[in-house]
Amino acid sequence: MLKVRLGGTLVNKAGGRTEFEVEGANIMQMLRNLGRTCPELEPMLKKGVSVAVDGQIYRDAMLQPVGPDSEIILLPRMAGG
Amino acid sequence: MPLDANTPDLRTEFKSVGTRPNRPDGVDKVTGRARFGADFSAPGQLVGLVLRSPHAHAKIKSIDTSAAEALPGVKAVITYKDIPEQAGCDKDVLVNIMARGTALYDGHAVAAVAATDAAVARKALKLIKVEYKVLKHVTDVDEAMKPGAPVIHPGRFEPVEFESLETASHVKGKEEKKTKTRAGSNIAGRYVFGHGDVDKGFKQADIIVEHEFKTEATHQGYIEPHACVASVSTDGMAELWVCTQGPFMVRDVCASLLGMDVSRLRVTPSEIGGGFGGKTTVFIEPVALALSRKAGKPVKVVMSRSEVFRCTGPTSSSSMWVRIGAKKDGTFVAADAVLKYQGGAFPGSPVEMGAMCAFACYDLRNVRIVGYDVVTNRPKQAAYRAPGAPMSAFAVEGVIGEIAEKLGMDAIDIRLKNAAKEGTVSSYGPTFGPVGLVETLEAAKAHKNYKVKLGKNQGRGVASGFWFNFAGNTCVSINLNVDGTLALALGTVDIGGSRASMCLIAAEELGISYDDVRAIIADTSSLGYNDISEGSRVTFSSGLATIKAVRDLKVRMCGRAAKIWGIPEDAVKWENGAAHPAGANAGGFDPLSIKEIAAQASATGGPLAGHYEVNAEGAGPSFATHVCDVEVDPETGAMKVLRYLVVQDAGKAIHPSYVEGQYQGGAVQGIGWVLNEEYFYGKDGTLQNAGFLDYRIPVCSDVPMIDTVIVEVPNPGHPYGVRGVGETSIVPPLACVANAVSSAIGVRARTLPMSPPKVLAALEGVNASKA
Repeated sequence: MLKVRLGGTLVNKAGGRTEFEVEGANIMQMLRNLGRTCPELEPMLKKGVSVAVDGQIYRDAMLQPVGPDSEIILLPRMAGG
Repeated sequence: MPLDANTPDLRTEFKSVGTRPNRPDGVDKVTGRARFGADFSAPGQLVGLVLRSPHAHAKIKSIDTSAAEALPGVKAVITYKDIPEQAGCDKDVLVNIMARGTALYDGHAVAAVAATDAAVARKALKLIKVEYKVLKHVTDVDEAMKPGAPVIHPGRFEPVEFESLETASHVKGKEEKKTKTRAGSNIAGRYVFGHGDVDKGFKQADIIVEHEFKTEATHQGYIEPHACVASVSTDGMAELWVCTQGPFMVRDVCASLLGMDVSRLRVTPSEIGGGFGGKTTVFIEPVALALSRKAGKPVKVVMSRSEVFRCTGPTSSSSMWVRIGAKKDGTFVAADAVLKYQGGAFPGSPVEMGAMCAFACYDLRNVRIVGYDVVTNRPKQAAYRAPGAPMSAFAVEGVIGEIAEKLGMDAIDIRLKNAAKEGTVSSYGPTFGPVGLVETLEAAKAHKNYKVKLGKNQGRGVASGFWFNFAGNTCVSINLNVDGTLALALGTVDIGGSRASMCLIAAEELGISYDDVRAIIADTSSLGYNDISEGSRVTFSSGLATIKAVRDLKVRMCGRAAKIWGIPEDAVKWENGAAHPAGANAGGFDPLSIKEIAAQASATGGPLAGHYEVNAEGAGPSFATHVCDVEVDPETGAMKVLRYLVVQDAGKAIHPSYVEGQYQGGAVQGIGWVLNEEYFYGKDGTLQNAGFLDYRIPVCSDVPMIDTVIVEVPNPGHPYGVRGVGETSIVPPLACVANAVSSAIGVRARTLPMSPPKVLAALEGVNASKA
């Protein structure tokens, strides 16, 4: 099982819940299972989020592997100037 | 080094990278030959102009375009009806490019004309009759959050639970009263970040400092106004020449808004006269395409300076409260903040980014940041270099400066004591990998500027800053020319000298001269999709893709050499600009130089090229520390920046001059933000200073030479260790200058800009309290 923590807007959408446990071997599978576990998050996940895995922020790399020991934090979709 | 390695191998020795050749676009830019957005023309083009709302908030009861359409020379007039909503398009962008029923801010586009010349177009605009019903407006973020404020989007936003509409009740320790907004409020979102137990942390504090801060909206201030030429043929094929940071974004967004297939629209980016985030969206581009579609001729639209100020995105204005608790030895034990950013008439202010960056420089066990995204009757904000971060850093670093003063600690030492480093759990969640904040602080402390003795009315400020840095979709091609020189095609617009950096990288990989590589920015039909040049991503992402594309080419060139020599491909290696036989064949053949391979390309299998496409990841975050000395005239409140030092982690500087240029540019823009720049709105909600005469950006005489130190803590996510450098440099200056002023005259500015009248008023207040 993966431990997934939420930040920012996502916490609001999840009704204040900040942590979930879901299955998945990569970011895509993890997000899919998270959406099933918490349907309120689904629209936001589809729109796009950033995922921090072990300190590295991924905006689109859905096939990035994740494991039970990974530090996974979902953050709002980020952009710069 | 493996030619096809997926995992970056950190290279530490370079021949070309790290040198400072002239940029390939330099001569054209200083001699006026470079073609910017307004320099494009098409045969038979029309002049496009936009009619804009004179009201901050008004119902559009009717638009009568008949008189304008009847004017000789007018070829097309459009309103929102000519850009019908398409399934899947971004509704906010659609409404922003052309008002639909309600004008939401002063300058909101209402209609547009295309005519044979500018005089006819201007006359036609005057003939368009728009009947408005003026509505109540709001432009201030705090006012917009109050009950009873005019609601910009009735019923759109979900009710939000918030501590208090009045920050003061949260700040002053009154009982926290949680309330829910009405569905009709202007609060588009509430966001929370942090960890630990903040209340428990504050109980451990020996000293607590808290204050409220406000910053005004500032414009990116790019010198080149938005400009484009659109040409839609009768068969539906379209071309757009435009100044933008993201031609692929422009193509996709315009196609989506206008209901076109993406393949029918080809976008060619011009040279860019500054963007800084402000050219990461569309304004006039879909309007020009809609005009051209209706007129059947090319249409050129160039914004006036006034339009740039009134209608394109400045950054957010903000209202903030920050509280930090520390032990007597300077250790921070808790930090708390409430950030309220208005993002104009649409949701999407960068408050989440500001919240995540606010305390990112520090190792905090107990931290909480609450952010509010608020809409007002102002133009839709656009990204501006490290969007959201300079404002929150202004508040946080200001409080830290005051804590250091009260504890009698050195401003750098207190930051070193609390600095985030590898293994620190950041205030926004993830654990940092290798980062260079400590190195920037140590380099700043060791710099000669930090040792200069200050005189009367002079003061020194210190501030640190953080930015994430991003990567993203990138596609690069490199073609070997018949004479052995190379053509490098990039899809990321060059906003900071990136063509020079990419040429250096290609030369480094191939072992050839920088002058043998020419880089161009390709149009959207010539290369695969590239994300916008934003987020300090270009040198990281395009650099990574250039390395891989060149390695792809090297494999192919080694293959040709193997065929020529009749040996296995894996028995050839590339060194110093030539293929060499390796292993058992070493010395068996004379090396084949890149020029010799190029000359035989046709005879040995055809053209040679390398290519790489990637959704790059692994951009390392960047930290900076700034030190500033100022002198304040106590009689006038005028301020002079005496010295300014930027120390920033670049990971690896590919072209040090352009890295230094990014550091200096960010510092100067930050100095403008803190000292002079602001949007003035009248009581009627219209912008009062929509021009550079009244909106004062810094000029050369306002700033000293900005000293720079490049710190290089390699980013493990890049083969050369590169980190983005374009944005972090604008994060610390607001607080750095404010801290310097406080040190000089004992007045701590908490409302920006710190214009001379404000400084003078604050000084008089201090003097009065002493009397």
